[in-house]
Amino acid sequence: MTHPEEILLEIEGLEKSFGDRKVLEGINLQVGKGEVIVILGPSGCGKSTFLRCLNGLEPVQAGRIHYRSQDLAKPDVDFREVRQHIGMVFQNYELFPHMTVIENILLGPLKVQKRSRDEAQRQAEQLLERVGLLDRKDAYPRQLSGGQKQRIAIVRALCMNPEIMLFDEVTASLDPEMVREVLEVILGLAKQGMTMLIVTHEMGFARSVGDRIVFMDQGKICEISSPEQFFTSPSTERAQHFLDIFQYDKL
Amino acid sequence: MMVYIFGGRVGVHMQLNWEFMIESLPLYGAAMWLTFKLAFWGILFSLLIGLVFSVILYYKVKVVSSVILAYVELSRNTPLLVQLFFLYYGLPKVGVHLSETACAIIGLTFLGGSYMTEAFRSGIEAVGRTQIESGLSIGLSKVQLARYVILPQAFAISIPSLGANVIFLLKETSIVGAIALMDLMNVAKDLIGMYYKTAESLLLLVLAYLVMVLPLSLVLSWVERKVRYAEFGD
Amino acid sequence: MQNSGIRVLFEGSNFERLLGGLLVTIEIAFISIIIGVVLGTIMGLLRTLNSRPLKAILRLYLEAFRIIPILVWLYVVHFGFSPLLGIDIDGEVTAILVFSLWGAAEIGDIVRGGLESLPRHQLESGKALGLGTRQLYRYILIPQAVRRMLPGAINLATRMVKTTSLVVLIGVIEVVKIGQQIIELGVIKAPTASFWVYGFIFILYFLVCYPLSRLSKRAERRWQN
Repeated sequence: MTHPEEILLEIEGLEKSFGDRKVLEGINLQVGKGEVIVILGPSGCGKSTFLRCLNGLEPVQAGRIHYRSQDLAKPDVDFREVRQHIGMVFQNYELFPHMTVIENILLGPLKVQKRSRDEAQRQAEQLLERVGLLDRKDAYPRQLSGGQKQRIAIVRALCMNPEIMLFDEVTASLDPEMVREVLEVILGLAKQGMTMLIVTHEMGFARSVGDRIVFMDQGKICEISSPEQFFTSPSTERAQHFLDIFQYDKL
Repeated sequence: MMVYIFGGRVGVHMQLNWEFMIESLPLYGAAMWLTFKLAFWGILFSLLIGLVFSVILYYKVKVVSSVILAYVELSRNTPLLVQLFFLYYGLPKVGVHLSETACAIIGLTFLGGSYMTEAFRSGIEAVGRTQIESGLSIGLSKVQLARYVILPQAFAISIPSLGANVIFLLKETSIVGAIALMDLMNVAKDLIGMYYKTAESLLLLVLAYLVMVLPLSLVLSWVERKVRYAEFGD
Repeated sequence: MQNSGIRVLFEGSNFERLLGGLLVTIEIAFISIIIGVVLGTIMGLLRTLNSRPLKAILRLYLEAFRIIPILVWLYVVHFGFSPLLGIDIDGEVTAILVFSLWGAAEIGDIVRGGLESLPRHQLESGKALGLGTRQLYRYILIPQAVRRMLPGAINLATRMVKTTSLVVLIGVIEVVKIGQQIIELGVIKAPTASFWVYGFIFILYFLVCYPLSRLSKRAERRWQN
């Protein structure tokens, strides 16, 4: 996956501010088909905002996001259509509490994509099987653990058959013993060639899953490199400093 | 009812005329049925108005939202009695003639609509921003978002205040007697006026409301507990 | 014709009379709230005590007002008590009696809610600082409880002002009654008077209640979080 043939998503000069405060400045990034991009950076560096812009949850002020011969940075984009191809999973799962697991998963396929119930249900059950939660399909979210909820949220996004998946700190709210079960699901997706942009604080995971590491600080991309290079000899001082914080043994 | 005072002790001696009470039951029954019908329509229309208005307010539709907000304030800050008098005695003078029943239902709806709007609105506002984003991220349209994500949750959150409003409106129907409807209040008043059976008439009046409101109040507090803890205890 | 209708409002002393009538209802509400606050505070405190029968009785008392409409209670006192006690109870006194008892029930519930909602650790951290019981009440309990209770109490005042409009139905001469008198007097000269008079009373009530409910909402926003 090191030399992607086809560029799926191309971001050029993306700018975003909340009032006077600039949160994204001149972001440039190309995402190839099947590529896994892990975005790292200190809190408040703009990495989550960046993901949210790609899914139209935040309006942007300038720049371009090329996707499927459209510019997602323009105000008149039909994000309903786009979101069926770019799935997103959130930090706090955000399952709908009044629906069962299977109802959560089928809402998009049935109501947005108007697929047949039989076919959608079959796919949902296959996906549930894969994440090991088929037996919980009629449970309500409140009956599940955090890790289970997050795996369901991933299935809910996958069942739309997206081309790209965005993961926004999906393990940040989980107890340590549940982090692994969620990361394994994402790792499995990577092996199948899913194109993904992942914001995370799990360094070991970033290293094993990422094709490229994007390091952001203060709204800018400081460096883009292979995991190997980033974790052994980052080219910027800021990245080195960031990594030091995670390596307590250097203290 | 008689009061007797002797030896410095004060007591109330109940001597109810049961026959009279039983004979009056049909009158009270008819009045209860009327109250129930008026309350039913008033509450139904209030709920509809509340649902529609709260969604309009949620989407901040221009101009319409401001009109709705003005209506809510007018309705909540004026008494039903004055609203009814205006409808019943005032409007005919400018060419709008409404029957007593129509006035009562319109009055109750005018009053209840704002209370229901507020109840639904606070329910909608309690649905988290992130839930909405999550719905958006699977491509739901605005209408689908309202239908499948926001309203079902908002409705459950609103149930306690909706229930309180239903009881409030049912009790408020006691005022429609003021515009010449033969409701419970007027039945009691007439019986007192005609037969001087004050204690009996008033007792039946209190009992009639107890019979109508108490079961509702019990059911609602049960539903409230049920919904709160069973569905969304997450 | 419509002009003559609206003119009725300002003919003679009509305008002042209507305002005077409004004052009667406000006065009833005001006195009842004062009495209600005093009685209600006591009831609220009693309801936080650990006495089951006391709790049950006071709860029943509250529910009596929550379930039976106020107008029914006005009728019970107005038509029932006067003959029972063999004395003629004035409509205003009846109204103040009923509204005070209602106010006491509701204020009692607000006070109980305010006291019970205070987090236990607030008291414990007060004690940990070495505050005595009186100091605990003075500096911690009462200031916090009052803030929690104020929005509800103002809200009750608004409801009470609105509900006082009912006293016309037990013969108190207040704003609606004066309105009726004005309409009856002008029935030939100004046939559209009832539209204007009731419209005007509607606005009068709004002008009194709207500021109150704004105040309650502001207090809620500022203090209840």
